Amino acid sequence: MKITQGQFSFLPDLSDQQIRAQIEYAVQNRWAVNVEFTDDPHPRNTYWEMWDLPMFDLRDPAGALLEVNNCRKAYPNHYIRVTAFDSSRGWETPRMSFIVNRPKEEPGFRLNRQEVDGRAIRYTVHSYATEKPAGSRY
Amino acid sequence: MSQAGEVMSDDSERSSVGEQAEKSGQISLEEEFRASNVQEVLDKLDRELVGLKPVKTRIREIAALLLVDRLRAKHNLVTGAPTLHMSFTGNPGTGKTTVAFRMAEILHRLGYVRKGHLVSVTRDDLVGQYIGHTAPKTKEVIKRAMGGVLFIDEAYYLYRPENERDYGQETIEILLQVMEENREDLVVILAGYQERMSTFFKSNPGIRSRIAHHIEFPDYTAQELLAIANLMLAEQNYRFDEAAEKAFAGYLERRMKQEHFANARSVRNGLDRARLRHANRLFAKGGEPTSEELMTIEAEDILASRVFHDD
Repeated sequence: MKITQGQFSFLPDLSDQQIRAQIEYAVQNRWAVNVEFTDDPHPRNTYWEMWDLPMFDLRDPAGALLEVNNCRKAYPNHYIRVTAFDSSRGWETPRMSFIVNRPKEEPGFRLNRQEVDGRAIRYTVHSYATEKPAGSRY
Repeated sequence: MSQAGEVMSDDSERSSVGEQAEKSGQISLEEEFRASNVQEVLDKLDRELVGLKPVKTRIREIAALLLVDRLRAKHNLVTGAPTLHMSFTGNPGTGKTTVAFRMAEILHRLGYVRKGHLVSVTRDDLVGQYIGHTAPKTKEVIKRAMGGVLFIDEAYYLYRPENERDYGQETIEILLQVMEENREDLVVILAGYQERMSTFFKSNPGIRSRIAHHIEFPDYTAQELLAIANLMLAEQNYRFDEAAEKAFAGYLERRMKQEHFANARSVRNGLDRARLRHANRLFAKGGEPTSEELMTIEAEDILASRVFHDD
């Protein structure tokens, strides 16, 4: 099951050229570009590990693309995303976030139903991948 | 409206020229040269930088090479991205930094670098203070410089032979790797004083061989320095009167023989001090100075210099 979160996730995976163009857009807006990775892509897992430092003051996407590729080399089977952080007052939040690398096989999620208080039901999303310990999930 | 019309006609003209070229299967070198607007930059270089003959020649050669490469690409000939890393060596105040800024612009016009900005750094910006600090610091600077020119001033400070644990070595290694692998992403320019740079290259042969262009900046002659002084004054809306120009020529002659003469930088400092005395003179005189007086530096402003009284 292909995970869909962040921008462009319903499209086919972005090519390097397309990623470069997206980062170019972030760079033009003076947003800080980050590369992040995780092997726990639960939709509520907002905080992915950071790869290297955030890149402030970039003028060209080449530097960020270099880090994306370094991260891919180190974690070929993890989810990797690029975020662009807008530090201007009033925003101070990521303005872009898109996945640039995903594992070859994505086992997906199971929906757990828990019956409580009579007929009421609580739902939980459970990632099959997290059944294995961190680091050996994909 | 009329402006839009002009742009359109200009465009159609250009495309018809392109068609002609395609028809004959030839693209003329002059056309390509004109399209790149590089002449403008070269002219500016000639106008604003006095002397520096070898430097200007080399810049022209590089411009020619890049243009020819572009033409070759249009003819589907193999064009390897040429190595454009450079080292600028010369005495203090010979214009190394100024030329580096121009270089970024020229390379941008020629389409060799994508953005054409210059990131100017020294040892402090590259080398860290503790173990593991250097690599991220250097990499950050390199990433910022990508798409433009990385200018490392006084590059010989990166290598400190007296301390074998110096982190500068790590910076050099990262630089070497980037200069080789990311040639199309950035151009590295190292600058420094002649002798110290040559010892630096001797102890780091890897760097020397990765730099294609070793450009030497010659010292200025007295005449060139005077021309520079006039340019500097004109920039700040000042000028010499006739006697003052003669006095300044005499000042230069004496100053050049003294120690620590730093070419254009010494000229700048000398002029700054002359301005100081000029202001003081006007102040002592009182009243309301005319704009002519405000602009003109007179001989006495210069002759009061310490240089004339030392002997």
